[in-house]
Amino acid sequence: MTDIADSQPVKNAGKTEGRVPWIARLDLAAPLVLLILFALVPAYAAAADDGFILSFVTRIMILAIAAISLDLILGYGALVSFGHAAFMGLGAYVMGIAASHGMTELWLVLPLVLGISALFAAVTGAISLRTKGVYFIMITLAFGQMTFFTATSLSGYGGDDGMTLWDTTTMFGVEIFGNDTVFYLVVLAVLVGVYLLCRALVASRFGRVIRGTMENRERMAALGFDVFRFQLVAYIIAGMIAGLSGFLLANHTEFVSPAYMSWQRSGELIIMVVLGGMGTLWGAVIGAIAFLTLEEVLSYVTRHWKMIFGPLIILVALYAQGGIAGFLKGRGRG
Amino acid sequence: MNTALLLIQTLNGLQLGILLFLIAAGLTLVFGVMDFINLAHGVQYMIGAYFAVTFYTLTGNFFLTTILALGAALVFGLVLEFLIFRHLYDKDHLQQVLATFGLILFLNEAVKVVWGAAPLSYDAPEILSGSIVLMPGFLYSHYRIAIIVVGLLVALLLWYLVARTRYGMLVRAGASNAPMVSALGVNIRQLFMIVFGFGAMLAGFAGIMAGPIFSVEPGMGDNLLILAFVVIVIGGIGSIKGAFIAALLIGLVDTLGRSFARDIFRFFLDPSAANEVGPAVASMLIYVLMAVVLFFRPAGLFPAEGRG
Repeated sequence: MTDIADSQPVKNAGKTEGRVPWIARLDLAAPLVLLILFALVPAYAAAADDGFILSFVTRIMILAIAAISLDLILGYGALVSFGHAAFMGLGAYVMGIAASHGMTELWLVLPLVLGISALFAAVTGAISLRTKGVYFIMITLAFGQMTFFTATSLSGYGGDDGMTLWDTTTMFGVEIFGNDTVFYLVVLAVLVGVYLLCRALVASRFGRVIRGTMENRERMAALGFDVFRFQLVAYIIAGMIAGLSGFLLANHTEFVSPAYMSWQRSGELIIMVVLGGMGTLWGAVIGAIAFLTLEEVLSYVTRHWKMIFGPLIILVALYAQGGIAGFLKGRGRG
Repeated sequence: MNTALLLIQTLNGLQLGILLFLIAAGLTLVFGVMDFINLAHGVQYMIGAYFAVTFYTLTGNFFLTTILALGAALVFGLVLEFLIFRHLYDKDHLQQVLATFGLILFLNEAVKVVWGAAPLSYDAPEILSGSIVLMPGFLYSHYRIAIIVVGLLVALLLWYLVARTRYGMLVRAGASNAPMVSALGVNIRQLFMIVFGFGAMLAGFAGIMAGPIFSVEPGMGDNLLILAFVVIVIGGIGSIKGAFIAALLIGLVDTLGRSFARDIFRFFLDPSAANEVGPAVASMLIYVLMAVVLFFRPAGLFPAEGRG
C-alpha cells in the first residue's frame, strides 16, 4: 500500500488518522516538484552558459525513463528483471543501425524501435515468465548477456568498440534533435508522458491485477486471472519504454555501444529503482538523479569511487529497503 | 588437419567446462541450501587468482602457492560470510542481488588499488611446462591437460563428500528443505558456513588454476559468473550432478560454437555473410540452449529432490 493508486484518502482516512492524505499529497507533490526542477534546468543552463548541466540532466532523464519502466514490473509486479538494460541497448542499436543505412526519419525509426523491443520482450518474456524467483532473475540476466554478446559480434556495426552515429533522428527530413535545449525538452516531455502512462496503468484494473500477483500469485490465479498473460503484457510494455529510452540515449550520445546492455548496467537500473524507492514510479526518477549525481560527485573526489559506491549500495540493500521515497514517507508518518 | 583442430577445441571446451564446474559447484550449493543468490561468487574466483599472484612472487613455487592461496581464499570467503552474507540469508532475493552487486563493485575496484589495473600472470609449474603432440604440428600443453584431470578428481571428491558422508547428506537434505533440516536439530548456520567456505575455496581454486592460462585482471570473474549461472540453471539448482553435466555441456558448446560456427555457416551462406552471422550465432548458442532447457524443464535438468 505505498502509492497513490490505492491510498484513496477518503476511504482510508478514518483508519489511519489523517496520515494517508500526507502520503497522497507526497505522491502528487514529489512528481510536481521534480517536473518544476527539470523545467528550470534549461533556463539555468542558458543563464549560466553551462552546457554540461543540460547534457547531464538529459542523461538523468533518459535513465529515469528506463528506471520507471523497470519499476513498473519490479515495484508493482515483483519481477526482478536483471536484463533490463538489454532493451535500452536494443532501442539504441535499432536507431544506430537504421541511421547507418541512412534511415533516420522519426516516423519510421520510432515504430521500428518500439516494435523490435516489444517483439524481443514478448519472446524472452514468454520464456522467462514460465520461471519464478531466482530462476527468473538468472534467465533475464542470461538474455541480457545474449544481446550483449550479439552486439559485440556485430562487426559490421562497430563490434566491441561500438559505433559513432553521424546522423541523429529527423522528422520530415529536418534534424529535430540538433539543438540541445530542444532535445532536452523532448526528453522531458517523453519522461512526463511515460510517467503519466505508467501512473494510469498502475491505477487501472490491469495494474491492480499486476499488484495482486505480487502479493499472492496463487490467489490471483485462483480468482480466475491468467497471471502469465498479465505479467507478459506488463513485461512487454516495460520493454518498449526501455527501448524508447535507449533510442533517446543513442540520439543523446550519438554513439551506440554494447556497454549500454552490459549486466552491470542492468544492475545499475535496479539500484536506481531501489535507491529511489520501489513501487512509487517517481521514486525511480529520484533514484536516477541520486545515482548519477553520486557517480559524478564521487568520481570527482576519487578515481576509485566504486570503493565508496559499492559499500553504499550494500548499506541501502541491508537497511534502507524503502529507498528515498520510503524515507520521505516515513517522515510524513512520524 | 580439421580433426586435430576439433580435438584441441574439444579439450579446450572440457577445460572451460571444468573451470565452470568448480565455480558452479559452490554457487549451486549456496543457492540450493541457503536460497541465497550470490553475485559475488565470481569475485572469489578472481581473488583466488590474485592471491596466487602474490604467493607466487613470494615463494616462486606453484604447488606451495596453490596451498597458500587456497587457504587465503577460504579465509577470505569466511570473512565475507561473517561480515556481509550472513545478514542477507533471511532477506529477499532483490536485496541479496543488490548487496552482492555492491560487493562486486567494491572488490573489483579494491583489486585495482592493491594489485594495479594491469593484467598480471604467473607461470605454470616446471614439470607441466611441456606439451604433448596430438598430431604432427599440433601441440597441447601438459598444464591444460592437468587442469582437466585435477578438475575431474575434484568432481569425484565432491561427489564422494556429497553422496557418501554425513555432512553431504545434510547438504542434500538442506537443498531439498532447509527449514526441515533445521527443525530436526541440525545447526543450520554452521552448515551454511561450511558450505559457503567450501564453495569459496572451490571458486578460488578455479582462479588459481586459470591464472597461468588467462590473464589475472580486475573483473575477470564477472563473465565466468554469468556462465556459471547458466550452468546451474540448466543443471538444476542444488544439484552437483546437474552442475557437472551442464558445465561440461556449456564449456563444449561455447568453445566449439565459437571455433566452428563460421565454417558451418559457410555451407549455406556466402563467406562474408557467414563471417557476420557465425560469431553472432555462436555467442548466443549457450543462452538459446538454456532457454530451450528451461522451456521444457523450468527447474533445470536435475533439480534437487523435493524441488522439482
